[in-house]
Amino acid sequence: MKRALFDALQAARAAKRPAVVATALGDGRQSLIVGDEAEGELPASEAIRAAARRALRDDKSHTIEAEHGPVFVQAFNTPLRMLVVGAVHISQALAPMAALAGYAVTIVDPRRSFATAARFPGVTLTHDWPDEAIDKIGLDARTAVVTLTHDPKIDDPALERALRSDCFYIGCLGSTRTHKARLGRLAELGFGEKDFARIHGPVGLDIGAQSPAEIAVSIVAEVTAVLRAEPAAAAAA
Amino acid sequence: MAEAASLKSDDVLATAGAWKKAGKGVALATVVTTWGSSPRPVGSQLAVSDRQEMEGSVSGGCIEGAVVLEAQKVIADGKPRLLDFGVTNEQAWEVGLACGGKVQVFVERLD
Repeated sequence: MKRALFDALQAARAAKRPAVVATALGDGRQSLIVGDEAEGELPASEAIRAAARRALRDDKSHTIEAEHGPVFVQAFNTPLRMLVVGAVHISQALAPMAALAGYAVTIVDPRRSFATAARFPGVTLTHDWPDEAIDKIGLDARTAVVTLTHDPKIDDPALERALRSDCFYIGCLGSTRTHKARLGRLAELGFGEKDFARIHGPVGLDIGAQSPAEIAVSIVAEVTAVLRAEPAAAAAA
Repeated sequence: MAEAASLKSDDVLATAGAWKKAGKGVALATVVTTWGSSPRPVGSQLAVSDRQEMEGSVSGGCIEGAVVLEAQKVIADGKPRLLDFGVTNEQAWEVGLACGGKVQVFVERLD
C-alpha cells in the first residue's frame, strides 16, 4: 500500500469516516473511497463504488469480478461504540470487556463519586446528565446503549434519546418488574410497542449470570448477537 | 485494566504505521477469501515487520508463520503476493489448516 493512501486511510478512520480500500488482486493497484471521493492508482469504477457502498452497509468485505480481474473491497467502518449509563460495579467489568470486543466505551454518570478515574482507569467518563451527554456525542447505527443505574432519573433520559436514535442495541438493567414500570413511564412519553420491542430488558443473555463480571459477559454476548444477526433477522426482531 | 481497555492494542494498521515510522520494513497481510470453516473472517489483517514481529491475525495461528516468511519476500522486492492455504496445498503438512478450511491471503508492502 502506498504511503499516501495509507495515511489518508488512517486519517479517515481517525475522523470516524467510513472508508473502503479497493485492491486489484492481480497487480496490487489500490484506491481509497471515502464518501464520494476516491483517490489512488486503481480507477474507482461505478461497479467498485457500488461494491464499496455494499461493503459498508453490510459491514462485510468481499471480492468482486471487475473489468480487469478480481478486486478486493475492504470496509473500514466507523468504530463501534458503547454508551454505558451508570458508573456502577457491573460497568467496571463491562467497560474493559466491551473495549476488548472492539467498542469505544463512554460511561456517563452525573454522580461524581461513582464515575471516578480511580474506579475506571483509561475509560472515557462524563458527569453530564445522560441526555446532555448523548446530545454531545450523538448515537448512530454502530452504537449500543446500556443503562445500568435502574434509577429512572438517570436511565430514562438516556432511554428516551436512544429510542429516538437508530442505535443498534438498547439494553436496560432491572428485574422484570422494574422493566414493566419503565415501559409504563415510556408509554406516558408517547412510546409504543414498536419502541418497547427494541429494548432488551432485563439486559443480557440468560446465562444465569450472578457476579458483576458474569453479567458483563452476558451483556457483551447479547450485544454481539444483535450486531451480528442477519439483517433480515434483525429487522424482524 | 487500563491496558486491556485500550483500543490501540487491537489496531493492526496503527501498529503497522508505527513500525514504518520507526524505519522498519512492513507488510500487510489481509484475508480476501475463505472457503468452509475458517477462524478469521474476510478482511482480517496481520501486520508483519522485517524484524519478524507480528500484530493481528489471519487464522487461528495455523498459517501466521508461513505468512510471516512470505511477507519477508514482499518487503524485500515490493511485489504483492496472493497466497493460498488449505487442505489441498502442498504445504499442508507444514501449514495446513487444522479446521479443514481454505483461505486466500493478499500480502502487500507498506511503502
